[in-house]
Order: sequence, then C-alpha cells, then structure tokens
Amino acid sequence: MAENVLLRHEDVPDIHKLDVYLAHDGYAAARKALTTLKPEEVTAQVKESNLRGRGGAGFPAGVKWGFLPKDSDKPVYLCCNADESEPGTFKDRAIIEKNTHILLEGILITCYAINAHTAYIYIRGEFAYGAKCLERALAEAYDQGLFGKDIFGTGFDLEVYVHRGAGAYICGEETGLIESLEGKRAYPRIKPPFPAVYGLFGCPTIVNNVETLACVPSVIKNGPDWFRSIGPESGPGPKIYGVSGHVAKPGMFELPMGMPLREMIYDYAGGIKDGKQLKAVMPAGSSFPVLTPDEIDVHMDFDSMRAIGAFLGTAGIIVMDEDTCMVRALEIIDRFYHHESCGQCSPCREGTGWLHKLLVRLEEGNGKVEDIELIDRICTNMTGNTVCVLADAAAMPTQSYLTKFRDEFVAHVTQGGCPLKKVAVQPEAA
Amino acid sequence: MPTLVIDGQEVTVEDGLNVIQAAEQAGIEVPHYCYHPGLSISGNCRMCLVEIESMPKLQIGCNTRVSDGMVVKTTSERAKHAQAAVLEFLLINHPIDCPVCDQAGECKLQDYYMLYGAYKSEMQLEAKVQKGKVVDLGPEVVLDEERCILCARCTRFCDEITQTGELGIFERGDHSRISLFPGKKLDNPYSGNVVDVCPVGALTSKDFRFKSRVWYLEKTPSTCTRCATGCNIDIYHRQGEIFRFRPRQNPDVNEYWMCDEGRHWYKSFQQDSRIPTPLVRDGLSFAVASWDGAGTAAAQAVRRTQDEHGPEAVAAIVGAKATNEEAFLLSRLLREQIGSTQTAGLAWSPADAFHDDFLIHADKNPNTHGLKSLGLLNGGGEAEAVLSAAEQGQVKVLFILGADLVSAFGQERIDSALGETTVILLDTDYNGTTEYADIVMPIAAAVETDGTCTNQAGRVQRLSQAFPPPGEAKAGWEALALLSTHLDGPDSVSITDVFGELTHSVPAFTGLTYGKIGLLGAPLAGVGS
Repeated sequence: MAENVLLRHEDVPDIHKLDVYLAHDGYAAARKALTTLKPEEVTAQVKESNLRGRGGAGFPAGVKWGFLPKDSDKPVYLCCNADESEPGTFKDRAIIEKNTHILLEGILITCYAINAHTAYIYIRGEFAYGAKCLERALAEAYDQGLFGKDIFGTGFDLEVYVHRGAGAYICGEETGLIESLEGKRAYPRIKPPFPAVYGLFGCPTIVNNVETLACVPSVIKNGPDWFRSIGPESGPGPKIYGVSGHVAKPGMFELPMGMPLREMIYDYAGGIKDGKQLKAVMPAGSSFPVLTPDEIDVHMDFDSMRAIGAFLGTAGIIVMDEDTCMVRALEIIDRFYHHESCGQCSPCREGTGWLHKLLVRLEEGNGKVEDIELIDRICTNMTGNTVCVLADAAAMPTQSYLTKFRDEFVAHVTQGGCPLKKVAVQPEAA
Repeated sequence: MPTLVIDGQEVTVEDGLNVIQAAEQAGIEVPHYCYHPGLSISGNCRMCLVEIESMPKLQIGCNTRVSDGMVVKTTSERAKHAQAAVLEFLLINHPIDCPVCDQAGECKLQDYYMLYGAYKSEMQLEAKVQKGKVVDLGPEVVLDEERCILCARCTRFCDEITQTGELGIFERGDHSRISLFPGKKLDNPYSGNVVDVCPVGALTSKDFRFKSRVWYLEKTPSTCTRCATGCNIDIYHRQGEIFRFRPRQNPDVNEYWMCDEGRHWYKSFQQDSRIPTPLVRDGLSFAVASWDGAGTAAAQAVRRTQDEHGPEAVAAIVGAKATNEEAFLLSRLLREQIGSTQTAGLAWSPADAFHDDFLIHADKNPNTHGLKSLGLLNGGGEAEAVLSAAEQGQVKVLFILGADLVSAFGQERIDSALGETTVILLDTDYNGTTEYADIVMPIAAAVETDGTCTNQAGRVQRLSQAFPPPGEAKAGWEALALLSTHLDGPDSVSITDVFGELTHSVPAFTGLTYGKIGLLGAPLAGVGS
C-alpha cells in the first residue's frame, strides 16, 4: 500500500487540522456521497467493499446497516464506539488523536447512508486528550458547515455529540455502550433484539467501531473494488496492527489485511527484544486464545485466524519472550476480567473472580494440581452461557494457556511457586 | 396456540408464553431466580438454561418465547450440567449461613442445591468476597449483601411496579451489591413485596425475621380485609397465632402484590382487646354469660319490645367488615323472625385514610359492595337514619354487628342515641361502642371464620378459617344461627348452607357456590370479571 489511509498523519503532518485535511482531499468523499449518491447507494458500496467490523467481531458493516428496519417512523442513531479498552489495543486512539477528521468524515457518510441525523461518539473516559481532539475537530468542521444544518446544500442535517465514558471495559460492548449512553448502568442487553431494531432510546441504532468508520471515506473515494483489492477478498482493506510487549520496536503499523503474524513480529516490530526467544503471542488483544511460536505462520485476517482456532480480534499483538511466566501472565489477564465483569450474569460475575483467585494461589505456590482442572471446568461452565461475551473473553485465553502451557502450571504446584522468577503478585483489588 | 414438546411431553399453550411458563403448564419446573412473572425479563441469573433443538447454544427459558414445533429439553445432560454450574457460581461467594438465615425452608438456593448441586464446596469461607450484613433499607426490610445473588428482582419491583426507584445495583463484578440511592429509604407503601420476590435470604422482613422457621407454619389461603380491594393472601400461622400475611397471586385483583398496611393487618386480629366470652350487662359492668344465657336474654329483650312497641322498634346496624353471610343472616333474622325492616349497613372509613390508585383503597371496609348487594347500603345514610330514630325513642332494641359506632359518629351522638336503647352487640374486640352494649356476643375475626366478602369491583372472595376463634367466641354465622333458634327461627348447619340460602334470596349472588368462587373469587352477577 503506497499511502496510509488510517495513519495518514505519518505521511501528512498536521492532518488532524481541518485546513490540512481539506487540502488533501478531505471531505471530498462525503461531498461525493451526499451530492451524487443516494443513501442506499452508499450502503451498497460499503456492502460491496466487504468492509468488516474492526472492533473485533468482523461483521460486515454494510450488512449491519442493512438490518435497519425500512418502515420505522423512529429516528435512527449512529454510535461510534470509541471505548477502545481491549488490552494491547491502541489503534482507535491514534485515529482519534492524529487523524481526527477521517473519523468525522466516516461518521458523516455513514449517517447519510443510514439516514441518521444524530450521532454519538462514545469515547472512553481515559481518553481525555482524544475527547478534546474530537471536540476541537468538530468545532472546526461545524464552522465550515460540514456538520449541522443543510450540509453541502443538500438539506441533510447532522448533529454529532462527544460523550465521555467513566471507565468500564463493558461499555465497549455495543449494548452496554447504549445503556451507558442512556445514563444507565452498562449492563449489556439480551439479544435479540439487536440495536439495529431496538437500540439507543429504543430506536434503530448502528454501533460501529472507530477504525471501521474511518475506512468508510476511502471506500467512497476510491470505490469498493479498490478496497477489495487490499488484502484477502474475504475481509479486505487497510488495517492497523498494534504490536506491544517484548519486541524491539513496538508500535502501530498500517498494512493490508492478512499480514503474516511472523512478519509483524520479526520484520515490522524488529523481533524479540534483547535477542531472546519468542515464547507466546496473543494476536488479538487479550480476549482470544494465545499462540505458541509454532503457530505464528498465519495470515492476520478474520478467516485465516479462525482456521487455526484463533481470532483476529482487534489485531493488538501482545508478544511475550522466553522469560515470561505464563501463570503470572494469565493471572494478570484474569485480574482484568475480574475487575471488568459488569456483574450482571452469575457465571461471569462469580466465575471471573474465582478464576483470578485460583491463579493467584497457583502463582504464589499454594495451588494444587486439581486447581488446573478446576480452572478448566470453570471456564467451560462460563462459556456461552451469559448475556454478552465477556465471560467467553475470559475463558478462551484461560483455557488456551492451560492447554498450551500446562507444564508451567504443573511446575508452579510441584515447585511451590514460580520456577522462572519470583515476582510479587499484586493483591486483588478490594 | 403453539404446540411444542417439553421433555418428551407434547403441550399446547396460549400464544406469547416463554419456556418457563409453558413448562409450568406441563407440570415441569424450570429452575430460575431472576425471572418473575410480574416483572420484566432480566435474564441475569442464567439458571433457566435449557436445550432447544436446532439451536446450538443453550437458551434462557425466561427470554425464549415458545413457538410451534419447538422441542425443549429442560433436563438433558447439557441443560442439567449448565444449571448445576450456575448454581455452583451462585454459591461460591454465598456465606452458606442457612442455620441462621431466615429464608431457610423457602430459599431457592437451598431447594435447587438439593436438586442440582450437592457437590463439595470449592471455596474457603475466608476467601469469599465480603460485603455488608444487616443493612437497614427502610421500615420493613433488612438486606444481607453476602446472601444476595443480584437477580435484580427487588430493583425491578421498585422501578416497574411502585416506580419509586429506591434501589440500584452498585459496584461491579463480584463486588456488586444492592443498595439505596443516596438520600433514599425503602419506604414506599409496598416495600414489603421485595422480601417476597427475593428468592434467597438477602432481603428479609423486619417484622417476620427470627420469629419462626417457615416449616413450622401452616398456610391458609384467604383474603385481606384491610380495605375494599381484597388482596388475596396466605395466612401463615401456628397454634392460633399469625406470623405473617403474604400476597397470593390473583391476576384479577392484586397480581402478586399487597401493601405494607395489609401485610401488618394480621396484628389487628391478635390484640389484647379480644372479647373472650358472652357478656350480659349487670349494672355498670358486665357479667360473664353462657351463649345460651346471652341468647335467651337477647330473645327476651326482642320479644318484649315487639309486644310493647311493635317490630319496627327493633333495628340493626351491620358494619361493612361483616361477611356476606353474617349480614344476610342478621337482616333475615330481623325481617323474618321479628318482622322489622330496620337493618342498615354502615361502611365507615376515616376521612384521611391513605389510599392510592394501585391497591390501597380509601374504603377501609372489606365488604361495602356486599352490603350494597344485600340492599343494606344504598344511599349510605341508613345507619344515620337508624340513629336518628333511636334519638327520637323509636328504636328500643338495636343489634350492632361488627361496627364501632363511636368511631363513626362520635361519642356525643351515640350517647344521645343509645342511652335508652337495649344494644345487642356482636363483635370481635372491645371498642368505644362496647360500653353501650347490654348483651355482648364475641364473634370470630376474619381469619377465624369461613365466609365471603365482595370487593370494590364486585368480586366475591372467600375468607378461610385459619384456626378457631379464641375463648368462647363463635363464628359470626354460628352466633346468628343461635340467635335465630332463640327467636324460633331456623338453625344453620354449615356456612355453605348459609351461602346457599343467600344465593337463593339475593339475585346478585344467583348461581354462585363456594366451589365456583374457589381460591380466586368470582364476580357478582352483572359484574364483568
């Protein structure tokens, strides 16, 4: 790919400023959509591009928009999911802070396509700077008549609001986000009905991830064929990969979908730090199975990952070297899920805390071999039995750690503690 | 009307039911905590997970509408495994303090543990999440946060039924807890219902807790007599003592609920003011009498008056707390044995009585509508007219059945009206009117007698005897039957006989029987159900 789309600030300095963005074809796609295309034509192009949701689930965006009821007399809302909170994931933040207007333009085009006149950007509370960037960019764009009334003289109106969350992982779940936006506790809703039918304030609602919306202008500008030519047909387009952990050059890389995971670690991120060996990699944030070094010859797209029992998720690649204690790593992961479980469903509320307690016990050298089986059993009982997938997101990595690094868990029992090195385990948050 | 198969059993049910409801109709209980038929679907407890053919994942029964051809398995290996797993999750941080928990015996955690659980405990007590104990929520309710399974029935009750919103869920994950919003108290007039909907021992009743193990209590279905709504209730009692009232489901009257005032109404039946024996006036005080003695004295007073002043000098006032049967017997006695038309109804309530547009009625009498049907209460001024006649010396003997005239008309008025009148009083308790009586016949309270009341909507509902009345008190219908025999009238053998006679002589009651009234009541003729 010649030029960055999503991380365009790497090519064009100050692209977050409206005058710079406009000087580089900014809002041309929106103008094209609003002035020359019908809403359903925009949706058709996005459908044809096969743009799949970048929040992790990979659901085709155009198909999702198509779920909106045709005969509803209620208003339609767009919610931009900017609650980026998956561990090892920092792609949306870059777009929000550095390439702000491409997101806003994506929101404008999407709202036109789905006939929404109100959009909310739900941004996680910790992104205080990001929220400021959005507010600033929106103010500039409103000044230029790019939002508000009668945009481009087409009669199309759109109001965009930035709503800051208060720091809960579950607000990234689309129905948790909607509840939170309504001022309620972010308990995910039972589905169906899905938000497209019954969403924000009970009205038809589309929830799209930041990166997904930021892809939309390029689809309109360059056409679906162009978009589909980038990476695999089954899930094409530009993609931000984030590599973190024990690598020489951690960072973000915009590349086509379907990059080989090995290349991401060893070429783009400069290989394992200090010449050490790779031990494990979590390629999709923390919510999906861990991979061992012999599993990294896989292409990072939705379908290739699924074929080996893994997931693309957010493509937040967390790399761990040979010195990493896998019990401690899992203890940290499950501490996160324990802390973030909303507490609505019994299996998740009780299961995440139970998992974490057992892992602390193992890591401290007080575990029993039977605990390993117990952890596995708890995970099985949590999986697939709750309102949302947070329970699965805790169980999936946990079971993969147990399966793939079982010897290390057993060693913690037989040796009465961590055989690698003693690191104090943080006490459970009160 | 979808037809489906549940656990191998084919059932046809009405449209719109969920799997739990449909299974219930087939006699199958799907275990559940958060689902309550009177509240919205929350789907949080995950206890009702069942297998449905052609659906890959287990589904929660509460949120799954049945459809034609559906095949449901509530007890398959997978379903039972998931239910047992959920129960295990619920118990992990539960204190397992059944020996000191008031819910024991009616706790769904206990019940389902015996059915699905029965495994060894995997969590040491000290490792459990610790939360608040004995949290005071309001005048009725105490919360134990550790026992709570966060099913959100109580919060939904306050949001959806009373719409007072006192309770919320605070914190997150396994630190979540039910609590009051700042500045709020759980003091709405229906707050006791949260104790009933709580499936575990988290919310307990300040009034009932620690008074009795529930398995020592008998349960008698009856009707609340606190007001004209007539909420259906269960009386929980042992050896003549009532421990609590709880609402009994009736979709046409109170659904699943009752008010706190009604809940406390049981106390009114066991006060020190109960009249233990028949009494006959002896100068300024009363002498204990036998029933026969009291009956004879009453009959003599009646006959003497009849002879000297004619039958219309004998009158009766029937309070609207009397049952239909009692009111019928007394008015028939006056009409047929004495020849008097002077039977008046009285439905008095304090003018400032609390009421709302839900269950609490301004009329604090359970049977005002019944007295109207019996023709005793048409304009409402009947009792007033009888008192005026008494003031003018036209009433020489007055029967008073279940009515405290002093409360209704004031001391002064009663002084001037009843000073010269022979009063034959039938009531449960001593009250301001008792001292005007010459003959007192102690009768059973609403919880101690069989009978019927007609609620404000014209629905005839049954009272059931939970236990016999105290001392020598008799059921009102028995006392009136005794009076009748003393006045050469017919005896009544049973309450169903009395009701049978009532239905034959009062058109509004035509066709009704105790069987037809059943546990849920039946509308009077001409009243839509």
